[in-house]
Amino acid sequence: MLDDFAMRAALAGLGVALAAAPLGCFVVWRRMAYFGDATSHAALLGVALALATDLPVVGGVLLVALMMALIISTLTERNVSTDALLGVLAHSALALGLVAVSLIPGQRVDLSAYLFGDILAVRQVDLAIIWIGAALVGGLMVWRWQALLTATLNPDLAVASGGHPKREQLVLTLALAVTVAVAIKVVGALLIAAMLVIPAAAARPFARTPEVMAICAVLIGGFSALGGLAGSFTFDTPTGPSIVTVAAAVFALSAAISPLLRRR
Amino acid sequence: MTLIETKGLSLRYGGATVLRDVNFSLSQGEIVTIVGPNGSGKSSLLRALIGALKPASGTVIRKPGLKIGYVPQKLQIDGTLPLTVRRFLSLPVRQTQTVTTAALTQAGVPELAQRQMTDLSGGQFQRVLLARALLGSPDVLILDEATQGLDQPGAAAFYRQIEEVRQRTGVAILMVSHDLHVVMAASDRVLCLNGHVCCEGTPEVVADAPEYRALFGSGTQGALALYRHHHTHDHDHGHHHECGEDHNAG
Repeated sequence: MLDDFAMRAALAGLGVALAAAPLGCFVVWRRMAYFGDATSHAALLGVALALATDLPVVGGVLLVALMMALIISTLTERNVSTDALLGVLAHSALALGLVAVSLIPGQRVDLSAYLFGDILAVRQVDLAIIWIGAALVGGLMVWRWQALLTATLNPDLAVASGGHPKREQLVLTLALAVTVAVAIKVVGALLIAAMLVIPAAAARPFARTPEVMAICAVLIGGFSALGGLAGSFTFDTPTGPSIVTVAAAVFALSAAISPLLRRR
Repeated sequence: MTLIETKGLSLRYGGATVLRDVNFSLSQGEIVTIVGPNGSGKSSLLRALIGALKPASGTVIRKPGLKIGYVPQKLQIDGTLPLTVRRFLSLPVRQTQTVTTAALTQAGVPELAQRQMTDLSGGQFQRVLLARALLGSPDVLILDEATQGLDQPGAAAFYRQIEEVRQRTGVAILMVSHDLHVVMAASDRVLCLNGHVCCEGTPEVVADAPEYRALFGSGTQGALALYRHHHTHDHDHGHHHECGEDHNAG
């Protein structure tokens, strides 16, 4: 079954949706969209690092994404970060990554595979990495769910009831870095943040509790992955952008019917 | 029995010392109110007491196993976060329906369980926060301007609710408030802050203290100090400190 490249692509897409959707809910709730942008754009720098040092690409991306996420996390905590600073970091990381990749000596690197993903080239070993990463992120989310939600509401409220909001922030930072590392092969550095934010935002009108929103986001993410894959076969379009296009269509639909849902 | 105690506590926030040399203690069943102008360190003191702000110097001692019910000054829930009142009460510890219903009833709003937090009015929201703070039978309730945004009848009703909760459960209450009339009527002890402890004692003592008058009396042409018309000159339970940092008066 795993010999079929289409099946591997489908499973890879589902794996990424499983990790990205619940994490994406926190990105939306905590208004961390730019945080996701900056971290995923930094992935390209990780690719350059991996190519230059013969490290596996996943390893390089994980390392750089983690560093970027920790830097932003620290800056945000000290309140020096503004919207503008996060924007600067997000785009600088992308530009720096593109420059760094072009400086790698030897064969020309196929940049578009890293920018937009190359889901049809997912090998069995990639699939294993994606699902291990997804299980790790999903497990972290389930394990820390209550504490993460409390810290998201209000850090002082969390401390007063014995929580550690800084530790939960670190959990999210780690989960984000892992998600970026496993998603780069599937949707590419440019569109990872889209897989975080769009399914979560599309799920909002259907939910009255955080749990329902996270489950809806997983379903929408999974549907987008499979739909985008099918669309890209049918219309011969690039797969990563096709997946995000389907997610965007679901969001548009959900936004259109949300006034009807609110009237209940 | 002492629940929380500070010794020589100083706090820094954003690079500046906001509060220095605070010796304070809260005993079982007491209602203590903190008053003071904006920026006088009231919220910082509460945050230090719950453990959210580390002392720059001095210590905060909490009774081992102390359970705190905290109502923050501001709780903005992002519109993207779907959250019913019942679900909110189950954070971070999951609660049974019986328990959440009991807490909402205690706070006077049993009918709100299924509502979305973002749909509540200001008064309803504060009462839900109170209900959450009451979960798990806390030893002390810490309220940071809990009546902010409520109109006068709403604030008065809220304080009546708190008083009722104390009578029923014997919980100690520490609150920051600007509603001076109510504060003076309902508190056992008042702590007046202005970067340090200006004065403290029973409401009558504090109302009479020149430091307090300087902050609230003359600065507002006496409007906020009207309640003390029938004060007694009983200074036995109070301590006066020199109020050197009187920058907000006038």
